[in-house]
Amino acid sequence: MARAHAPARKALTTALAWTAGLLIFFPILWTVLTSFKTEAEAIADPPLFLFFDWTLENYAVVQERSDYMRFLWNSTIIAGGSTLLGVLIAVPAAWSMAFVPSKRTKDILLWMLSTKMLPAVGVLYPIYLIFIELGLLDTRVGLTVVVMLINLPIIVWMLYTYFREIPGEILEAARMDGADLRSEILHVLAPMALPGIASTVLLNVILAWNEAFWTLNLTAVDAAPLTAFIASYSSPEGLFFAKLSAASTMAIAPILILGWFSQKQLVRGLTFGAVK
Amino acid sequence: MGRIVLEQVTKRFGDVEVIPPLDLTIEDGEFAVFVGPSGCGKSTLLRLIAGLEDVTAGRILIDDADATNMPPARRRLAMVFQSYALYPHMSVRRNIAFPLRMAGMDKAEIERRVQAAAAALNLTDYLDRRPGQLSGGQRQRVAIGRAIVREPTAFLFDEPLSNLDAALRVGMRLEISEMHKRLRTTMIYVTHDQVEAMTMADKIVVLHAGRIEQAGSPLDLYRTPRNRFVAGFIGSPRMNLIEGEEAARHGAHAIGVRPEDITLSREEGGGIWSGVVGVAEHLGSDTFVHVHETGLAETLTVRVSGETPCTHGDRVWLTPREEAIHRFDAAGMRIE
Repeated sequence: MARAHAPARKALTTALAWTAGLLIFFPILWTVLTSFKTEAEAIADPPLFLFFDWTLENYAVVQERSDYMRFLWNSTIIAGGSTLLGVLIAVPAAWSMAFVPSKRTKDILLWMLSTKMLPAVGVLYPIYLIFIELGLLDTRVGLTVVVMLINLPIIVWMLYTYFREIPGEILEAARMDGADLRSEILHVLAPMALPGIASTVLLNVILAWNEAFWTLNLTAVDAAPLTAFIASYSSPEGLFFAKLSAASTMAIAPILILGWFSQKQLVRGLTFGAVK
Repeated sequence: MGRIVLEQVTKRFGDVEVIPPLDLTIEDGEFAVFVGPSGCGKSTLLRLIAGLEDVTAGRILIDDADATNMPPARRRLAMVFQSYALYPHMSVRRNIAFPLRMAGMDKAEIERRVQAAAAALNLTDYLDRRPGQLSGGQRQRVAIGRAIVREPTAFLFDEPLSNLDAALRVGMRLEISEMHKRLRTTMIYVTHDQVEAMTMADKIVVLHAGRIEQAGSPLDLYRTPRNRFVAGFIGSPRMNLIEGEEAARHGAHAIGVRPEDITLSREEGGGIWSGVVGVAEHLGSDTFVHVHETGLAETLTVRVSGETPCTHGDRVWLTPREEAIHRFDAAGMRIE
């Protein structure tokens, strides 16, 4: 009986999955479509789906009005820099938690994670003051450090999970073979954990790229990344949906492309250890 | 050189004392085997010598130098792990070369030594493979190769054969023994298998609950076990231990007789003890007869020649060789 129902059930789940997928993807699709419309078409009622005069005008205007490349460069520096810095700090931290755990290791991990439960705005004021004091406002260095700190718990957690899968005896063998801590991490641990480290890096580049709260609040001009670039189109001169959409498309395109090409790695990394 | 001396070495994990203060000397070139039931502290003791665990108290001397607080990398000891612990991302060549690279040796010398080790271990054809592409026995050889290229002061083996199947185990056992005869380097070998201990060791160290029950040559331990624990642990099948009236007759709390020191007769009244055969294990050359209902112990094991006809349910008569009886007092210590 169950077998007779199988094709029907399969068709149903496939349809459901597609519906869910399209629903999630729809806003992005709509943004991309809108970016190719004129401002009038963008707010047309009923909305125009595919049959409108396709134009690149919005992209030209956006590029003319603001220097996209500078925002892109800032985003790249902040996302790349914060991830690199975070991994450099998290690898030794995760190493010690995974291979020389103490009684408090679990507590420390939970405590680190708990900082992610704190509403960011709760510490905006103190961090803002610290930034003024240190002259870090609207600097790429300051933002890189803050974004790194925001994501550090996640980096440590992910690396800790991957490292736990590596048998401790192999690291002990390296120690017996004359490796000091640096060589042990560099020649043995890191190459073995490479798939995990790669997924961690990818996920954190994405998180850092999309981070909007701190980047919007702590930058103005010099260090402003793509989030600020989008935000600058959201209000000042009334609603220009087509231009806002063009700016958004330009801002998310790089990370979307990165995600597309690395999706295998991402999925593998995120399910690593879950299925043995 | 490779003389290892432990002075009052103690290990505690929290409140649990795994190794009470312990003294032991392993002479240069000696093949020492730590043997004992699981949880007796033999692996911990090896790891203390390796430097993978810190000692709680006491001193470890390697060639008269205090190595107590030396990191493992500086002790010049090589270790072979139970799980082989090969580097899965490196080829066999790079695995064997790793300790030499860490020592900063020049490339030509590394290659020469790797080739020599590979030739000695029949690994030449596998140098470019990854550990994952090798069989268990080959992996074990790579682990040994990685240990010997360094020409260490001493080799440490942590149950290296327990992941191999029985036939391979016997082969590797012989290879390791031969390697020791050839290199004459100190080796410390941990196992729970008393056959490995008996066949390989110059000196067996029997451990129980972190204490050394007895240390000595295999035959010393076999002939004159210092206490009941060693008597029961060394020898296969185990020594028969008998308490009660029969022991009292010999002026002891318990007596022990090895299976080969009992003669078996199928004739009525052909021995001083009598019982019924439970199982007779025919090994070809020998037969081990397990006898029940003797009134002395639950089972007595007797070794007889392979041709002896004996089956379940037969009544048999047993006679121990008087001069081969081991006597133990109430505390389990040997009475001379």
